[in-house]
Amino acid sequence: MKALRNSVCIVGVDESDELGTLPHKSQLTLHLEAVRNAVRDAGLTVGDVDGIFTAGQHSPATIGEALGITPRYVDGTTVGGCSFIIMVGHAVAALHHGLCDVAVVCHGESGRSGVGVSPRRDTALPGQYEAPFGFGGAPTYFGMITTRHMHEYGTTLEQWAQVAVSTREWARLNPKAKSREPLTIAEVLNSRPVVYPFNILNICLVTDAGGAVVLTRADRARDCRKKPVYVRGAGEATEHVMLTQMRTLTFSEATRLSGAKAFAMAGVTHTDFNHIMLYDAFTSGPPIMLESLGFCKPGEGVHYFEPGRSTPGGSLPINTNGGGLSYTHSGMYGIFPIIEAARQLRGECGARQVPGCRLSLVNGMGGMLSAAGTLVLSNER
Amino acid sequence: MELDRPLPQPITPEARPYWEGLRERKLMLPRCRQCRRAFFYPRVLCPFCHAGDIEWFQASGRGRLYSFEIAYQTFNKAFKVKPPYVLAMVELEEGPRLMSNLVGIEPDPRRIHCDMPVRVVFHTLTDQVTLPLFEPAGSAS
Repeated sequence: MKALRNSVCIVGVDESDELGTLPHKSQLTLHLEAVRNAVRDAGLTVGDVDGIFTAGQHSPATIGEALGITPRYVDGTTVGGCSFIIMVGHAVAALHHGLCDVAVVCHGESGRSGVGVSPRRDTALPGQYEAPFGFGGAPTYFGMITTRHMHEYGTTLEQWAQVAVSTREWARLNPKAKSREPLTIAEVLNSRPVVYPFNILNICLVTDAGGAVVLTRADRARDCRKKPVYVRGAGEATEHVMLTQMRTLTFSEATRLSGAKAFAMAGVTHTDFNHIMLYDAFTSGPPIMLESLGFCKPGEGVHYFEPGRSTPGGSLPINTNGGGLSYTHSGMYGIFPIIEAARQLRGECGARQVPGCRLSLVNGMGGMLSAAGTLVLSNER
Repeated sequence: MELDRPLPQPITPEARPYWEGLRERKLMLPRCRQCRRAFFYPRVLCPFCHAGDIEWFQASGRGRLYSFEIAYQTFNKAFKVKPPYVLAMVELEEGPRLMSNLVGIEPDPRRIHCDMPVRVVFHTLTDQVTLPLFEPAGSAS
């Protein structure tokens, strides 16, 4: 496993041409724009791509055909929004062994406008055991995790709201973020109640967006346009899909396993990071991820989001793009924290640049903390 | 008559004893004959020891409210029960957890709390389908 450390680099990243409310663009268009833009960012051409890694409604074969190429390596791992984070790890292994030379992990989703989409989820088990009770969509599930956490550890609605407030400060510095007005705890708590314990501002945006990441072996990265971003470590794990099957609602075993694997491959510990990206579909997700990754004891994750800690200029910046909560969230968000981490490590982030960013952690979930993917990224070997 | 809830579908063969039990107002659960642990949802292999030797037994119907949410809007067009309603994850005293609704109590987060005792109530949807809902059980069992 350690042989994979620093074997592969991220050499190109970009989003689709636009993010937001795009009724004039199909989901496939968002996908193709993202691939073209990321490949251009790498100084490569679409014709150079020979490995396609994508999740969601479109198979890698569909993306290959739409691009007009014939990939010799394909991966369609679909375990929720972190699938793209997981597939970076898969691309590392494939590139390391020479099974392909230029890998693209790509995403496009018309999550808000629904243009050129089809139903994607396996609904057989929820249809039998959950739909008759009014469940439907992530907020009706992730709230269960949140309510139980409040019961076991005394976390408060104000502490969850602080996660949204701290994340918004970063969105204010990101020209591509959707929500950029200042935000207060009171505004979060007074926003429209959706499903207790969530008001609308505890829940991520719903947007149309695409994103892609290009990877090559490290020796080829030198020939690309930008400063290479090394993949030091990668991990993945799954625990459940149906929330009733989670061993304990307040701790993600998948995250623990995924993080441990990525840290071991990378040879790092928790205190080594300058920068952290955590999949934030809900305000309660990132604090529980920190706990499950072993940064702190269960119940203490919310403290990382206090002013002066995760915020601009703070001791450990988190979600510097503004997150799914304030920047963009198409449905399966996982490609976007990877793009932000790479940009931070390259020093490209302008007003939101973390000074001296050297080592970044990207952790995402699939479903309701059901699956996890973790990356340790660096700008030095 | 139009239903106010979507029917469970697809009902799968391995789950038939569960749904047939509910029709008779019994909460039937699968249990592994090898390791003796009850589990839910029904499947052909025990999720604990992976043996394929399953039996069914009648559960007490008692449990605790492991967690909950209170819906202020509808999340499923086929679900016509008016909000607010309580989404419940119940942990049965035999061990397994299942999703349901908590009924018979004001849908108010100040009145509902995790670990409160609950008991099953049977809600007939059609002559084929009865659902297990749960109500607060108080301190008496």
